[in-house]
Amino acid sequence: MKMWQEEYEAMPREELTKLQSERLCWQVKRMYESVELFRKRMDEADLKPEDIKGVEDLHKLPFSYKQDLRDYYPYGLFAVPMKDIRRVHASSGTTGKQIVVGYTDADLTMWADCFARMLSAIGCDENDFVHVGYGLGLFTGGFGAHDGAVRIGATAIPISAGNTQRQIQTMIDFGSTVLCCTPSYAMYLGEAIEEMGLKDQLKLKVGIFGAEPWTEEMRTQIEEKLGLKAYDIYGLSEIMGPGVSYECEYQCGMHVCEDHFIPEIIDPDTGEVLPEGEWGELVFTTITKEGFPLIRYRTRDICSLTYEKCKCGRTHVRMRKPQGRTDDMLIIRGVNVFPSQIEEVLLKIGEKVTPNYQIVVDRENNTDTFLVNVEMSEDLFSDGSIKKISAVEKQISEKLRSTLGIGPKVCLVNPKSIERSEGKAKRVIDKRKLK
Amino acid sequence: MFIKQLSIFVENKFGRLEAILDCLSQNNINLKALSLADTADYGVLRVIVDDAEKAKKVLNEAGVIAKLTDVVAVYIDDRSGGLASVLSILKNAQISIEYMYAFLGRTEGKALMVLKAEDEAKTQKVLAENNISMASQNEI
Repeated sequence: MKMWQEEYEAMPREELTKLQSERLCWQVKRMYESVELFRKRMDEADLKPEDIKGVEDLHKLPFSYKQDLRDYYPYGLFAVPMKDIRRVHASSGTTGKQIVVGYTDADLTMWADCFARMLSAIGCDENDFVHVGYGLGLFTGGFGAHDGAVRIGATAIPISAGNTQRQIQTMIDFGSTVLCCTPSYAMYLGEAIEEMGLKDQLKLKVGIFGAEPWTEEMRTQIEEKLGLKAYDIYGLSEIMGPGVSYECEYQCGMHVCEDHFIPEIIDPDTGEVLPEGEWGELVFTTITKEGFPLIRYRTRDICSLTYEKCKCGRTHVRMRKPQGRTDDMLIIRGVNVFPSQIEEVLLKIGEKVTPNYQIVVDRENNTDTFLVNVEMSEDLFSDGSIKKISAVEKQISEKLRSTLGIGPKVCLVNPKSIERSEGKAKRVIDKRKLK
Repeated sequence: MFIKQLSIFVENKFGRLEAILDCLSQNNINLKALSLADTADYGVLRVIVDDAEKAKKVLNEAGVIAKLTDVVAVYIDDRSGGLASVLSILKNAQISIEYMYAFLGRTEGKALMVLKAEDEAKTQKVLAENNISMASQNEI
């Protein structure tokens, strides 16, 4: 398939390394001048920007973490004045406080180009109709796909998420050829379309699915139900959004846009860089991003890389589908959920509610189910008035919904019934079987 | 004249109710009246037993949440309109009822109802003023 930016996508490795080195040195220098935390970390490591002469010195640089984004919330890590920030996006953080990222004009163009690369890599062009079923809002998914579609000259259909009937009607009436949404939603749409017997009225040819883990089995089912070829896309708000890496037509891992993002695989315990092919924590350095750059950002995703040349002709490194997390983050219906967020909500509600909870995640009909069991306490039970108990139960669900951005079902369970091993409660039961 | 009611949390889980009743049975506690309120997620079992304090103690020891509440037990004439006439007295006194349920197997021309209202003291006073007889703990 045609490359959107062939000079970069198929750049010989030697040349690419040189380009990365230049860009890395530029980024380190400007961040040292404009981002207080980075300067502090460099000073602590006794490093000056001049010590970084190229990608071979990348491993010397200090890591950055999700916690940094919380500590410097909202704009403390931006590397340009706010007048140059054109847009912000946000996603959920570890303790209820969201994290905020910002983009300059150049960042937005770069992002649109990365997404356009994927569209082109799977055979899309200006003749396509891109159905953007990711939420258009602070979540990066919607705008990322939308801008990519516009960039490549296709017709964008920014329908956003939800309202299945309308999604299907629009897909048929507007002639959507490319579907962008979460894989679980694609599955759901596929089932609805199957039930209504409308598959032959669809013009879909490809789908771009990401923002949550999915399996090869799901891929086959989505392809069958929607009559399209399903591709995987990877991204995270901290680094950019969808399009950090993507599958090409050969579907043998996801090409990382290496002229913008340098990936590394490290041992999460020692921080040492691991050899090619080994599984470890994925770390990214943004070498062109202006507004919100990050050096050696710990994604917590467990992944591996291969530099072997791909049949598509792209030289960019391929990452395998992440195989889990080094922290306890869960991705439920595309939303990041940390168990600590639930604990915090329960603690805030007050002495009536014990912070003894358990999250149960499962997948029914290819949609995640999300249940939070909370242990009943003497205080919460009060005098057994259902009115009072239900009021607290409702308060818990509403607070969880507003904090997490996703509403779990809350269930009150017997005191001490949440399984404890060695005194420590088992907080998460994830029954979803993902390979 | 109040009687002691035991309110018990029942997790929405197979076999929970049986486990609670089994615990009471093991301790020779006899049920006199019973009501089970359920929501989608959990239930509250309300019982009048022959020894409420002991019942609470054994349940708590078994890890079950159980609380004692004061309720009134009202004698109702066993005839059409018997309960309605008592409720009309409470309505006239602006007393709202939270819940009520009947004793099991009473005869003697009277039914016995357990009644929980928002203001227990007022309820009792109003009923007494209107010559409605109530059961004492000893009569249970």
